Amino acid sequence: MSDITKQSLTELVDNIKNKKLSSLDVTKAFIERSEKSKELNVYITNDFTSALDKAKKFDQKPNLNLKLPGIPMAVKDLFCTKDVKTTAGSKILNNFVPTYESTVTENIWNEGAILLGKLNCDEFAMGSSNETSFFGNVQNPIDKDLVPGGSSGGSASAVAGQLTPITIGTDTGGSIRQPASFTGTVGLKPTYGSCSRYGIVAFASSLDQAGPMAQNVKDCALLQEVISTYDSKDSTSVDFKRNQYSKELTNNINGKKIGIPKEYRVDGMPKEIEDLWQKGIQYVKDCGAETIDISLPHTSYALPTYYIVAPAEASSNLARYDGVKYGFRAKGENLIDMYEKTRSEGFGAEVQRRIMIGTYVLSSGYYDAYYLKAQKVRKLIKNDFDEAYKKVDAILTPSTPSSAFKIGEKTNDPVSMYLNDIFTVPVNLAGLPGISIPAGHDSKGYPLGLQIIGKAFDEQNILNIAYAIEEKIDFKNKITDWWIK
Amino acid sequence: MDQVSKNSSEYLINRKDNQYEVVIGLEVHAQVLSESKLFSASATKFGAEPNTQVSLVDAAFPGMLPVINEFCVKQAIKTGIGLNAKINKRSVFDRKNYFYADLPQGYQISQFKDPIVGEGKVILDMPNGQKEIGIERLHLEQDAGKSIHDLDPQNTFVDLNRSGVALMEIVSKPDLRSPDEVSAYIKKLRSIMRYLGTCDGNMQEGSLRADVNVSVRAKGSKEFGTRCEIKNVNSIKFMQMAIEFEANRQVDLIEEGKSIDQETRLFDTKRNETRSMRSKEDAHDYRYFPDPDLLPLEVSDEFINELKNKIPELPDDKKKRFIDEFKLSPYEATILVSDIDTAKYFEEVVAKMGKKKDMKLAVNWITGELFSVLNNKNLEISQSPVSAKNLAILVNLIKNGTISGKIAKTVFELMLNGDKDPQIIVEEKGLKQQSDPKAIEALIDKIINDNREKAIEYKQGKEKLFGFFVGQAMKASGGKANPQLINEILKKKLQ
Repeated sequence: MSDITKQSLTELVDNIKNKKLSSLDVTKAFIERSEKSKELNVYITNDFTSALDKAKKFDQKPNLNLKLPGIPMAVKDLFCTKDVKTTAGSKILNNFVPTYESTVTENIWNEGAILLGKLNCDEFAMGSSNETSFFGNVQNPIDKDLVPGGSSGGSASAVAGQLTPITIGTDTGGSIRQPASFTGTVGLKPTYGSCSRYGIVAFASSLDQAGPMAQNVKDCALLQEVISTYDSKDSTSVDFKRNQYSKELTNNINGKKIGIPKEYRVDGMPKEIEDLWQKGIQYVKDCGAETIDISLPHTSYALPTYYIVAPAEASSNLARYDGVKYGFRAKGENLIDMYEKTRSEGFGAEVQRRIMIGTYVLSSGYYDAYYLKAQKVRKLIKNDFDEAYKKVDAILTPSTPSSAFKIGEKTNDPVSMYLNDIFTVPVNLAGLPGISIPAGHDSKGYPLGLQIIGKAFDEQNILNIAYAIEEKIDFKNKITDWWIK
Repeated sequence: MDQVSKNSSEYLINRKDNQYEVVIGLEVHAQVLSESKLFSASATKFGAEPNTQVSLVDAAFPGMLPVINEFCVKQAIKTGIGLNAKINKRSVFDRKNYFYADLPQGYQISQFKDPIVGEGKVILDMPNGQKEIGIERLHLEQDAGKSIHDLDPQNTFVDLNRSGVALMEIVSKPDLRSPDEVSAYIKKLRSIMRYLGTCDGNMQEGSLRADVNVSVRAKGSKEFGTRCEIKNVNSIKFMQMAIEFEANRQVDLIEEGKSIDQETRLFDTKRNETRSMRSKEDAHDYRYFPDPDLLPLEVSDEFINELKNKIPELPDDKKKRFIDEFKLSPYEATILVSDIDTAKYFEEVVAKMGKKKDMKLAVNWITGELFSVLNNKNLEISQSPVSAKNLAILVNLIKNGTISGKIAKTVFELMLNGDKDPQIIVEEKGLKQQSDPKAIEALIDKIINDNREKAIEYKQGKEKLFGFFVGQAMKASGGKANPQLINEILKKKLQ
C-alpha cells in the first residue's frame, strides 16, 4: 500500500487489527518517508533499525487487543527514552542516554507502539519557532523556510509531513497548540496533573504538560487515553476518573454553552484571525451549541506573568546541568570556571536569556516585586476562568494571533516571538486543558487554528466540541511534499 | 535596691570595668532516623561504599521528580511533639538554590517560610535550677553529598550517598547564655530525639551538628549585639570552645571601640579559633521559592493525634516519675533519664528486683560502679558487660544480707567477665556473708584473747583501736563476716 503514511492513526490501528497491514508494513512506510524527508530536519535521533526489529517481533506474536498495536511513533526529544539518546534540543545533553523511560512514553510502548526516533524541538522547550534547537531549525511541511512553531516544532512537522502517524509533545505556554496551529494539525494540552511529568526534561514544572499531536481529533483522543494515567512518581499527578476519550467521543454538543472572551480580541490582530474566530462561532452554533460573551479581565497580564514564572522555575530546573554528573562538560581551571564554561558553551542564547531572567526575578530584593506578584496575578487569571465556567462549559478562541512566519523573521525580536503565545499561555497558568484544531487558511494558504479551552479534567468535553467543529470545517491540509526530490 | 545575681554560675566576660553577657542561638541539624531518603527510596546506611546508595532522583537526572517520604514527615512531627511545639498542618517545601559539586540538583529542597513545626520549648536542668529554651521552628530538608578533596592532588571526588538524606533543622531562640547551657541544650535535644527514635544523635557520624550564632552585649542590656554564625560544628566540646573564643573576640573588638561585622565564620579545631568565611555582603542569595515539583504538605488532626498517642514517656516525665516512685533525688533522676539506654537499664533493674520502694542502692551501683567500668572501657550502657538482670540480683544479695557491700565489689569484678550470675559466683567462691552471731562471737573472743593489751588500752579510752578489732575480725573471717554483727558484738565484748 503506497498510501500508508496518509492514513490516520485510527485507520492504521484498524488495518493492523484486521490484518490488512502488518506492523512491519507500516513501520517501513514511515521510515522510508522519513528518510526521504531529511530536509525537514525533524529527527534529532532516529531509531529505525530497532524499530524494524520491534515491528517484526510484534508481527510474530501480534497482540491485537492493545490500543496502539505495532504502531510506529516518533516522540519529542524532551521525553527520556531508555537507551536512546535524549537531548532536549540542547548541546548540554548532546551525549545523554537515559537508563530510564518517562511514564508517558512507557504508557505508549505498553499499548504496543514502537519508537521511530526522537523529534527536534526548541532547546529545553524554550521557543516558539523551533529555531533555538542546537540541532538546527525545523522546516514546516506547509512551505519552505516557514517555521513549524515551537517548541514541539519537530513533532508538529513530523505529523503534518506524515513522518509519524501521531506524536507527543509538551506544552508549557503553547508548545503543542501553537505548532499544531502552524502546521494544520490537532494538538491537545491536557489539564495540569493529567499526564505524568516523570522522565520529561523539565522546563517550568508548574506549567509543563505532555499531550498528543495528531492529524485529527479522534486520533488525538485515542492517544490521550493512552498517555493520561495517575503516577505516584509525580507528586503533582492527579488521581481522577479518566474517560475512555476515544470511545466516548461524540459530535453531539447540542446545548453546550461556549464562552467567547472579549479580551482575546487583541490590538493588531489580523482580520483573517478575527474572521476565522467568527467562522468558529458560527460552526459551534450550527452544531447546536450556544455562544455567550464572557470576560476574562486579567488576560493582558498573562504573558508578563508567564515570562516571570516560567523563567524563574527554569533557572532552578536547569541548575542541574552543570557538567558534573552527565552531559557536556567544558574544561575549567577550577569548579567555578568549569561551571561557567560548561553552561556558557552548553546552553544556547534563548536558554541563557531565560536563566538570567529567572535568576533575576527570584533574587532577594526582587522576589516580592516579580515572582510573588506574578503568583498573585496567576491566581487572578485562574479566578477569571473559574468565574467564566460558572456560565459556560468551554471557551473558544483563536490559537495564535497569526499564521506561521518565516524562519529568521523574529529571531532578533524576543518580545514579538513571545507574543505568539498570547492566547495559549493563560491556559497553562490556569492549569486547564486546551486543544487547537485547524480551522482554515490565511491568504498565503497557511493554516490557522482555533483553540477550545475546557474546565479542569474535562478533556472529553473539549475533544467532543473539537470533533463536532472538525466535521463541519472539513479542513484539508495542503501538503505538496515540496521537500521530497 | 541592689541587683544581685543569685545565679552563681552566670557566664560573663569581664574586661576592666565592663561585664558582657553572651547570647547564643543554635541551628541544629539532626539526621532523621529513616531507612530511606527524604524524597527517594535510596538507603541511608552510614559508612557504605561511596555512591552505592544513590538513586536517579538523588543524582538529579533529567526528568526525575521528588516524592515525599511519609515516614520522615512522621519523624519530624514526632520530634515537634517532643519539643512541645506547634505542628503546622500545612507546610511548604522550597528550593534553596546554589551551585556546588556535591549538590546535584543545584538546589536543596528545604522549608523556608512555612516549616512543618513551629514554636516550642525544651527545659534544661542546670546546676542552679531549670531553664527554658525557646524553639523557633523545626523544618525538614535534604542533606547534600560529600566532597572529598584529599584523595587526589588535582580532582575532587564526590560521594552522593548522603545526598537527599532527610535532616531536621531545629532552630532555637537566642535564649542560651553560656557554653554550659549549650552543652545541656544539645544533650537534651539528643536525649529527646533518642527517646522518640527520630535521630540517633551520633555526633561522630555527623547525625547531629550545629551552626552556632554568637553575639555579646553589656550585662543588663536588652538590645542584641551583632551576631556571627559559626558553621557546622560537630561536637559539644568544639561548640563550647568556639563560643568561648568567639565571645572573647567580639568583646575585644567592642573594648577597642571597633564594630562587629555580621558574618559567617568557621571554627578551626586545631588552632582553637574562629575565622571569617564570608561577610554579609558576600552572603549567598539562595533565591528561595516554593518547589513546583511538590504540593504543599498537608496533615490532618487525626494524623497528628495518632502520632501523639504513640509518643513514649519522655525524659522530663520519666524524671518526675522516678522522683515520685523511687524517692530519687532530682540529681539522681536526671542522670538516669538523660540517656534512654540508661533509663531502660535502670527500669530493667527495677523490674528484676521486684521491690519498687527503695532503689537508692541500685542507683548507686549504676551511677557508681557500673558507670566507672563503662567509662574505663569506653562503652555505652547498651554494651554493658553486666546485664541489668544480674546487677539486680547482685543488689538484692546485698539487701538481703547474703553478701556485704564490700564483698559485692569483689563479686562485681568477677561478673565483668562473661556477665555471670552473681549468685553462682557467691556460691562457687564461698563468699556468702557470715551472719551467725555465735560463730562471730567465738571469732571475736579469740581476737580479744590474742590482743589483750590492746583491749585494755581501748577500755582505758583509746577508742581508735575499735577499728583495729573490726579489721582483725574481718580479716579472720576472710571478709565474709557481717560487719554490722561484728560491730555489735565487739562493742558488747569490749565494754
